[in-house]
Amino acid sequence: MKYMLLIYENPGTREAFFSDEKLMAEMTAYVDDLRESGEYVDGQGLADPSTARVVRIQNGVPAVTDGPFMEAKEYFGGYMIVDCDGIERATEIARRFPPSPVGGAMEIRPLMDDGGSED
Amino acid sequence: MAAERIEGLLRQLAPEVLGVLLRRHRYFDECEDAVQEALLAATLQWPAEGVPEHPRGWLITVASRRLTDAWRAEHARRDREDADLAAVPSSQQHAPAPDEAVPSGDDTLTLLFLCCHPSLSPSSQLALTLRAVGGLTTAEIARAFLVPDATMAQRISRAKATIKAAGGGFSMPPEHERQARLKVVLHVLYVIFNEGYTATSGPSLQRRDLATEAIRLARLVHRLLPSDGEVAGLLALMLLTESRHAARTGADGSLLPLAEQDRALWRDDLIREGTELIAATLPRAALGPYQLQAAIAAVHAEAPSSEETDWPQVLALYELLARVAPNPMVTLNRAVALAMVHGPRAGLDLLATLDEDERVARHHRLASVRAHLLELAGDTVVARENFKLAARQTTSAPEQRHLERRAARLSVRDGT
Repeated sequence: MKYMLLIYENPGTREAFFSDEKLMAEMTAYVDDLRESGEYVDGQGLADPSTARVVRIQNGVPAVTDGPFMEAKEYFGGYMIVDCDGIERATEIARRFPPSPVGGAMEIRPLMDDGGSED
Repeated sequence: MAAERIEGLLRQLAPEVLGVLLRRHRYFDECEDAVQEALLAATLQWPAEGVPEHPRGWLITVASRRLTDAWRAEHARRDREDADLAAVPSSQQHAPAPDEAVPSGDDTLTLLFLCCHPSLSPSSQLALTLRAVGGLTTAEIARAFLVPDATMAQRISRAKATIKAAGGGFSMPPEHERQARLKVVLHVLYVIFNEGYTATSGPSLQRRDLATEAIRLARLVHRLLPSDGEVAGLLALMLLTESRHAARTGADGSLLPLAEQDRALWRDDLIREGTELIAATLPRAALGPYQLQAAIAAVHAEAPSSEETDWPQVLALYELLARVAPNPMVTLNRAVALAMVHGPRAGLDLLATLDEDERVARHHRLASVRAHLLELAGDTVVARENFKLAARQTTSAPEQRHLERRAARLSVRDGT
């Protein structure tokens, strides 16, 4: 089963990580472990929300606006996809993510697959 | 010889060649790598130069040479070449005679037991079985399981390391363990089959090969253990299930339940083979869950339509299955059969017993079966709620589409 771990950050997250060598080393070791166990599929970090654009349907028509409307307390900062034996294991993987000193959250969502049973 | 036939031959020889190497050298990891290299060499050479007279001997020779080369390189690195070479038995320094006769069947079986070693995680068992016994490359397995090559390579190398750490040589598990170990092997083959069978169209086409591969491997095990009822049962179940494959999706790729399938698309050859196999097995073997599931599939296969299905027979078989191997999925299927024989309310009463069962209480199959039976009972409002619930719970895209459609169909009919 594949799961996406959605990583929610806040404005202090990156500074907290990048200024702490120990935390960065833990982060590297964490990803290496997942690669080594053959569970790591993919992962990406996103650039700051201030660089974003939004396309929103207004009265049936897509309208484009530049990124954030207000400073969000918590926003989507990146993701990892793991392929593991079930939601329990995926949860364990999320729990082992090096804890940020400024808080944050991870959401664990199963990926839809294209297999299906007809009965 | 066409490239496809060469590939078929190579895949068939792969476990035999690995078996021969393992009986000589015991180092699973290194031997497996050497065999993969030999297979690759053959894939490159044979189409151009022709298949050698003794293809198996050729592969054994090439793989042994790779193994010896790898060892020499290793020894050289450690700068202990002289001392160690003297210690390598002469049988390992020279390639074996190409026509060396060996009993390969037992080797293949031993190899299967090794790849489905209980200390491996389920996903590692699948991957290793496909590589070492199936002769698939890491890239092919990665594509079939929709993961990057690096992920699959890592999974396989970790699996090999685990086997190494578990110790034990290349030998059959002791007699008293064998039945339990065989159960794991059959389960691995069943999962491989399902991964391929349930794949729908589009990017999953390569996944389809998994079903073919699982059937090939099940045939192989059946040939090696012809008197085992569960092996025969599993093979029959795969054949009978696979027979429906072309009918299980509509023109737009949506899933079609058994009752709505065009039975003219079912494959007669597979039905005949599966039915004959299970008919010959049931009277003489100890009864088991695969045989019962195959028997149920055979009853469906011989029915001209859902209405004309021998539902009492299906129900009797599910009741037997519930006794032999009780689990909530069996109860779910039994509820459907019960509904077909004694009416939807009887089926719904049985389903109610599953609401407290943690293993299925939040599984989409419980909600979807309930929805189906409620629809049969004429309770469209609650049926619709249950289809919606099931659609939210499934992680399968085609199933979600099917369930949302059935919910929509009910709201149109209901005028809500």
